[in-house]
Amino acid sequence: MKFLCIDCDTQMAFEERQLPGDGTFAASFACPSCGRRIAMLANEMETQLVNAMDVRIGGRTLREEPMELIRTSVSGRADALDDIPSTAGGAGRVRAAWSRESEERLARVPGFVRGMVKKIYADYAEERGIVQITPEVMDRARSELGLEGM
Amino acid sequence: MDAGARGVEPVSFRTYHEVEGRDRSGLGEQVAGQRARVTNRLRTVARTIAVMSGKGGVGKSYIASALALGMAARLRGGVGLLDADLNSPTASRLLGARGPLRVDADGVHPAVVQPNVKVMSMDLLLDEGQPISWRQPAGERFVWRGLLETGALRELLGDVAWQSLEVLIVDLPPGGDRLSDLFELVPQLTGAIVVTIPSEESRASVERSIRTAQELGVPLLGIVENMSGYACDTCGRTRPLFDGRAGTALAEMFGIPLLGSVPFHPVNDQRPQLELPASVADAVMASVMIAQPPQVPPS
Repeated sequence: MKFLCIDCDTQMAFEERQLPGDGTFAASFACPSCGRRIAMLANEMETQLVNAMDVRIGGRTLREEPMELIRTSVSGRADALDDIPSTAGGAGRVRAAWSRESEERLARVPGFVRGMVKKIYADYAEERGIVQITPEVMDRARSELGLEGM
Repeated sequence: MDAGARGVEPVSFRTYHEVEGRDRSGLGEQVAGQRARVTNRLRTVARTIAVMSGKGGVGKSYIASALALGMAARLRGGVGLLDADLNSPTASRLLGARGPLRVDADGVHPAVVQPNVKVMSMDLLLDEGQPISWRQPAGERFVWRGLLETGALRELLGDVAWQSLEVLIVDLPPGGDRLSDLFELVPQLTGAIVVTIPSEESRASVERSIRTAQELGVPLLGIVENMSGYACDTCGRTRPLFDGRAGTALAEMFGIPLLGSVPFHPVNDQRPQLELPASVADAVMASVMIAQPPQVPPS
C-alpha cells in the first residue's frame, strides 16, 4: 500500500500507527514535499483481516516471537508455556527491574501470553538502557511498539 | 456518477507500480518471511509426511501416533509428530504428551514422549476439554478464521524447535483443506499416507481426498486400512467390522500401494495400545524412506 500526495505527485511517508484499543487501527502519513498529513483509519473488520494475516501495516517494529499469532489470538491455558527469560543482550547490559505497579499490571495479562509480553517489555527496556520498568515505561513501549492488548 | 458529471475536475494520478518508492509495509515480503521461517526450521528435518483421510473417525490420529512410535523404534534419529487438527486434537493425548512447553530463543520446544519422539499439538496449549477459541472480535468470523488457522499451522511448523528429525509426521484433520495449506508451506513434503476404514462410505470420502492430493501434486505413498477386522476372543479368528474393502479398492483405483491392514486395536488400561502390526510399520517405513520428495528450487 502506498499513499500519494496528488498535488505534489509525491509518495507520502509513513509516520506512525496507533491501536486505540477498540479493535480499530490508525496510521498517519505525511507528504515530504508539502507536509500535508493524512490518517488512514481501519474499522474492526479491516484491522482483524490484517491481524489474521499476521502482518503489520508500516512494517514490523518487533522481532517475531515464537507462536506470536497463536499466543495473541487463542485463549490458551495459562501454564501451557514456560518462557525462559533471554539472557541480557550484551556485555554491561542488565535486565531491568519491575516495579510493583508494573508487575501488578503484567499480572492482568492472560497467562498464555504473559511470558511473551514480559519479554517484549524487558527487551524494550534493555535496548534503551532503562533500569526499571514502570507503568509509564509500559505505556511508552505499548505506544511505540504498537502492542495491542499488551 | 463520475467526477465530471458531479462538476469536479477529474483527477489524474500514478498507479501503485508507477510510484517507484518503497512500500514500507511490504506485506508481500512479510508473508514471504513467514514462509521462509518454516523452510528454515525444516532444514533439519529429513522427511515430512502427512497422514490424511477424507473421513473423520477412521483412526487417523491413532495410525499417526502408532507410526511415530513404530518409526522411532526403527530409526536412529528423531521422529516428530505434529497434530495439525486444531479443532479436535487427539494425537498428543494418545502418546501421553505433557506440558508445559519450554519457550526460548530457539522457539517452542515440543513435548518429548520418548527419547527420540517429539510431539506438538494444540491440545498441549488449550485448557482441558476446551475447544480452540479465537480471541478476536466475533463479527464475521467466517471471513478470517481460515487465515488464522493457516497461520496457526504455519507457527506449529515453523516456530517449534524440532531440531534434527529423520521424519516429521503431520496428522491432518479430515478433508483436503489442511493438506493444501501444508503443501503450500512445505513444498518439499515427502508425501502422504492415506488412512481409510473398509466401508463404502469411507471409500467414497477418501477417494475425494486422494483426488485433492493428486490435483495438488502431493506424492501418495500408500494406503493403510484401519479397523479392518477384530480378533474374536472366543475362536481367535479375525472377523470383519465393516462391509466393504475400501483399502484394496482405493489402491486399485489409484495405483497406490496398500501398505497394510490394521485390525481393531485392543484396549490396554485407559489408552489403546499404540502398536501397528510389524508388517504394516515396515511397509510404511519403506515407502517413506524410498520416496523422492518433489524438487524445490533453493530459495
